[in-house]
Amino acid sequence: MVKWTDEERKVISSIFSNLDYDDIGPKALRRCLVVYPWTQRHFSSFGDLTTAAAIMKNEKVAAHGTKVLHGLDRALKNMNNIKATYTELSILHSEKLHVDPDNFRLLADCLTITIAAKMGESFTAATQVIFQKFLCVVVSALGKQYH
Amino acid sequence: MLSAREKELISEIWERLTPVAEDIGAEALLRMFATQPGSKTYFSHLDISPSSAHLRSHGQKIVLAIAEGAKDISQLAITLGPLQTLHAYQLRIDPTNFKFFSHCMLVTLAAHMRKDFTPVAHAAMDKYLSAFAAVLSEKFR
Repeated sequence: MVKWTDEERKVISSIFSNLDYDDIGPKALRRCLVVYPWTQRHFSSFGDLTTAAAIMKNEKVAAHGTKVLHGLDRALKNMNNIKATYTELSILHSEKLHVDPDNFRLLADCLTITIAAKMGESFTAATQVIFQKFLCVVVSALGKQYH
Repeated sequence: MLSAREKELISEIWERLTPVAEDIGAEALLRMFATQPGSKTYFSHLDISPSSAHLRSHGQKIVLAIAEGAKDISQLAITLGPLQTLHAYQLRIDPTNFKFFSHCMLVTLAAHMRKDFTPVAHAAMDKYLSAFAAVLSEKFR
């Protein structure tokens, strides 16, 4: 079980309570598809992803970005057992969606950068440590059911 | 593989950041030391506490080298020759640290440039920093 200090819980909860999911979710996913184009392999049914401009306008990408960001809510509500919280989603991503778990790390990095761009200098090094710890635990939980 | 437009973008960004090289460099290093404590082992001979003179001057050195390389990316191997030798035979930094530093540099750029650090700029910068790190570690073995 991962231990969280009161400070860590406070910082993480504050970041998420100040988030516009419909803004940040799409931004993070778009960034991932542009910066790491091979991640587009899972979205062939989403329509035009051929250019960065097309990705930025794509409505299915935006909708999916929001959905994925809301997926992090589960971890927020179950900080004491993130691993168990993501068992089903891990199995889904492994056995049905066949997503290389390294992609979770790539999306997590893009989310970090999206949040940094949003928060500017208030995304301090200390905040970054805490946020990355949170995402690292989620990413690890999502990869747990790959066998 | 960097397109001509991407090379322009990268060179523009670093030219704009050269005046604040100290701030950017120190911040990126600080972020790396906080998130990857193992990276601090290479700096046991310096004072790397926040706003220390060592941190700022070292950060500046790194950013100026990155900015210099950005002026003509096709000549990276030549521009970085002396730094390649330094890193291979004297500093001998485990190359995973270059990845950690690059990530923290991207976070620093995002925090400073905000909306201007677009996905396209991010992609170009990530590619450039990867190429920079690869050239820097060419003489390692």
